[in-house]
Order: sequence, then structure tokens, then C-alpha cells
Amino acid sequence: MNSTVIVFPGSNCDRDVATALTKLQFKNKMVWHKDNNLPKSDLIVIPGGFSYGDYLRSGAIAAKSNILKEVIRAANSGCLILGICNGFQILIETGLLQGALLRNRNLKFISKDVYLKVINNDNKFCKNYKKNNIINLNIAHNEGNYFTQKDHLKELEDNALIPFKYCDKEGSINDKNNPNGSMNNIAGILNNKKNILGMMPHPERMIDSLISNTDGIELFNSVLN
Amino acid sequence: MKLAVIITLKKDVLDPQGKVIEQTLQNMGINSLKNLRQGKYIEIELNELDEKKAHDTVENMCKKLLVNLIIEEYKIKKI
Repeated sequence: MNSTVIVFPGSNCDRDVATALTKLQFKNKMVWHKDNNLPKSDLIVIPGGFSYGDYLRSGAIAAKSNILKEVIRAANSGCLILGICNGFQILIETGLLQGALLRNRNLKFISKDVYLKVINNDNKFCKNYKKNNIINLNIAHNEGNYFTQKDHLKELEDNALIPFKYCDKEGSINDKNNPNGSMNNIAGILNNKKNILGMMPHPERMIDSLISNTDGIELFNSVLN
Repeated sequence: MKLAVIITLKKDVLDPQGKVIEQTLQNMGINSLKNLRQGKYIEIELNELDEKKAHDTVENMCKKLLVNLIIEEYKIKKI
């Protein structure tokens, strides 16, 4: 399976994602933001980092880059797109995913491991997880506070477009276990066609028990199988 | 022609930075402070003499890049 990782000035998780993808047997290519052509891809990953120094709004400048025009075209023709952290912010700024990512409620950059509950696994990114699985992934962001209009929030809940929510070790989802203030503890969302996933947590950091855990592997494996 | 854009978060969007500034000012003893919202200020110089055209150009900039219309609102002023 062919994957592509888009690299912007300020991306800093691009090589982590590439390592994860290669380890899991994807044939991966890196593509610079100024390029106009995408290699043939089954999965395009927009990695975490601080593209363009987070100028204006996180992801706003990257969303207007050359390569994003191609990513939008690929997304509209059904290619799988995964945006992690800053990648999620970029997908929001392109309009491929709806809503906004505001500054964290406590105004702090949060870097820690958090528990997530798999709310919906009926999609190509999560099918290897079981519904209600509790997984432990790392978050590291300043703007991850998901906000959207009430009717869109309902649409997300009703149409199984929320794969992950923040929870505690036992799986309860409440405000106490909401690290950044996201509506309904949302950690990631899908578009209506379920081929685009944006998420704040970093699955690529959880692929090796030697340095963390392996809870992120099944996300990439889901795409593979 | 020079124009300014003032961007603030919409009323129903929580503005945590604004809240912190507000609380700090209140703690400093400014009791008449009722509400405070913080935002961004952008100055734009255009090669355009027609005020209406300049306004339209900046409005287009706002809609296409400068403002996230889901969470932010903006005002354009001639300076």
C-alpha cells in the first residue's frame, strides 16, 4: 500500500509518521509543500508540527499551499487522508473537515499521554480496534479544543463520525477527563464519507513498546487491511 | 490606501485569553470593567484609490484567509 507524508516548513512529526508507516510495511514517500504533484497514494498523512510557525491561525497558511490543492483533489476522489495534530488543524482550515480548533481551555500547551475511548470503529481507520476499546496515546498541542456548531455536533454524533473521545483509565467520558475543553470530549472526527480522519492524539508515537506502547499500531493496520 | 482589519472571536465562542485579561484587570481594581474580548489587528496597504474597491479587496482577503468565519468576526476600517 502506498502512503505519502506531506512536509511543511515547521512540520516535526513527519519522520515519526514515516517511520511508523515504513515499519508497518507501507511504501512511503515524503512530499514537500511546494510540490505540485502527488505520488500515487492510498493514504496521505498530514503530520504534526508547527507549519509556518502557526502564523495567523494554526494550519491556516499550510491550507493554502500548492500541495494541498492536490490533497483536496485526492480527498474528493476518495483517497484516505489522515491529519494528526497540526495535520488536523490544516484539514480544518482547508474545509475538508468542519469546525474549529481553539486554544486549549487552560491556555497551556499540553503534552501528556491520555486515554481515549474508541467510540466508532465502523470506518477504515479504526476497524481493527473494538468498539469501546480504551487506548493510551500522546497529545502535544496548544490548539486542540474542538468547537463546532450545534447542528454539526449532532450530525457527528448521529452519523458515527467521532472515532475517539477523551476518557479516563476506566473509560468514563466526562469534563474531568477532557484535557483541552473539546466539545463532547472529541479527540478526532471523520468527514461524512469517512475517508478523512483528523485527530489531535499521535498514533505514530505509540508503535513501539520500547519507548511508549503499541496502541497506535492498529490505526495504521486498519488502513492496511 | 490603508485599511485595518480587527478580528475577534464570536460572542458564543469562549475567549480564554480575553477572560484572563479581564480577570487580571478586575484584580487590579478596575471595578467598572464589564466585558473584554481580545483579538487580532492587521494593517493592510493597497495600491488602490477607490475606497469601495479597497474595502471589497480586503473583505475578500478576510473571507479567503484572514478570518475563520466559524469562530471569528471582523471589522474593516479605513486608517
